[in-house]
Amino acid sequence: MNDKKLSLPSKIWDDVFRYLAFGSGLVVILLIVASLITLIIQSWPAIKHYGLSFIWSTDWDPLAEKYGALPFIVGTLLTSFLALIIATPFALAGAIFLGELAPKKIAEPISFIMELLAGIPSVIYGLWALFFLVPIIRAFQMKIGAPPYGLGIFTASLVLAIMILPYALSVARDVIKLCPNDLKEAAYGLGATRWETIRGVILPYAKSGIVAGIVLALGRALGETMAVTMVIGNSSTLPSSIWDLGNTMASVIANEFNEAQGLHLAVLVEIGLLLFIITVIVNLIARIFIIKTRV
Amino acid sequence: MNNTNNVRYQWRRTKNQIILATIAVLAIIPAIPLFVILFQLFQKGISSLSIDFFLNLPAPPGEPGGGIKNAIVGTFIIVGLASLMGVPISIMAGIYLSEYGKESKFAHLVRMCADIFQGVPSIVIGIIAYAWVVKPLGKFSALAGSVALAIMMIPVVVRTTEEVLRLVPNILREASLALGVPYWRTVLKVVLPTGMVGVTTGVLIAVARIAGETAPLLFTAFGNPFMTYNPLEPMNALPLLIFNYSMSPYEDWWQQAWGASIVLITIVLLLNIASRILARRVAGEK
Repeated sequence: MNDKKLSLPSKIWDDVFRYLAFGSGLVVILLIVASLITLIIQSWPAIKHYGLSFIWSTDWDPLAEKYGALPFIVGTLLTSFLALIIATPFALAGAIFLGELAPKKIAEPISFIMELLAGIPSVIYGLWALFFLVPIIRAFQMKIGAPPYGLGIFTASLVLAIMILPYALSVARDVIKLCPNDLKEAAYGLGATRWETIRGVILPYAKSGIVAGIVLALGRALGETMAVTMVIGNSSTLPSSIWDLGNTMASVIANEFNEAQGLHLAVLVEIGLLLFIITVIVNLIARIFIIKTRV
Repeated sequence: MNNTNNVRYQWRRTKNQIILATIAVLAIIPAIPLFVILFQLFQKGISSLSIDFFLNLPAPPGEPGGGIKNAIVGTFIIVGLASLMGVPISIMAGIYLSEYGKESKFAHLVRMCADIFQGVPSIVIGIIAYAWVVKPLGKFSALAGSVALAIMMIPVVVRTTEEVLRLVPNILREASLALGVPYWRTVLKVVLPTGMVGVTTGVLIAVARIAGETAPLLFTAFGNPFMTYNPLEPMNALPLLIFNYSMSPYEDWWQQAWGASIVLITIVLLLNIASRILARRVAGEK
């Protein structure tokens, strides 16, 4: 008796719940699609007006309605890759140290602290860099005879390097830890030293994971906004050296979006669209490397 | 013969020691700036911390006694609203992936999208929230900031929820189904409570991540020197205040930026530590 009353609604609820869950999954997909469409629609006036020359042009003069994104694309690539070059040796050494060399008692607390530090908001890195790093860099620039801005591409790269290091390090460390013991023991059994084992067995084993970590860190560096905006100097001319002031794609959006109108706004959204596409591609590449490590 | 072997052996040993020492040194160097940051933060900021600093509203530059009350309240409102919007849908999506979608093509697509979205720069998400909320409403608002932050937390919570629910043993599901409990009730009353600690961990990690975000708030919540509880008005938040103060030309605002940074970093670190402790409990239960 009770059965009939219960069975029908409970079947309906089962369906309702399943569709709710399915719908939520759909939302995740739609978010990406809708974001992409939104960016394209909002930047359409700029895309139509400037076409592809937008990417290659170096003029940026909102008053004259001249918009070329090359200084910012160069700024983004320059700071990100410089940061990677600075951070990679340390990240690799740190990963080997924490993943293989250090005993658990030392490695675990250090990893814990490092993960906490990775959570420091980027605006705080920016604040610190602005008041601590910039004067140091300025003094250094005076010594070597570069223009003593203190701010600039190099300072931004250095802050970025500090910020992305924990990401590259922790991915690489996790893969290095995964290296099976019997492989290592085989190397030791052949009389290899510890370094020879690391170089000959562990690093080749962890190669794709290490690359994945570096590419993920690159993705973060490309999109990092606040810390860079605070120390890069916000100049919209094409930088000619790493000591120059500059702007990245993210920092120019952060600086000019609130004052922009009309075409200027559309151009900034287009830069955002470019940034979106670049970071999605970089993250897809990182995913490919991560999948490789699992096989 | 024996001698040359010995020399080679010695050389390999020395080389081993030199390289291992280099690695250890290189590994320790990056820890230095991180500790310098923490040290300086407290050294420079501690003097601005006082009861007034927490309870007063911002004062014009040069006027003593300015506080950050509106930014603290604003951060809690914006992050709270973002969680209200982002968490339920993320948990449902996580449930879909672990209980319904599993290895289907659609589920893999959802996973891929979540992973890709995690890499989208926060400033771009700010633009998107601007187009979705600020433009239609015609003004900056805390709500727009919350939408941006909710979008940012979704991928994190979806993936951790899925991973945790997958760890729930099938025996529990089968036992519940065998008792005649419908699947949806099994999920809500058996599977989800079993994984609740892990799900909470994911939520805390996501909240810690968005609480310190500045870029998505720049053209959404915008900032506001006055006190407001209305989510449809522009609202201040700690990261925004730190950014605006540190880029200002006033020394006492810089000082307050350091103080506000201590408050922000304390919130973020507490959330992170809480999530690790919970995560450890999950690992212990396994």
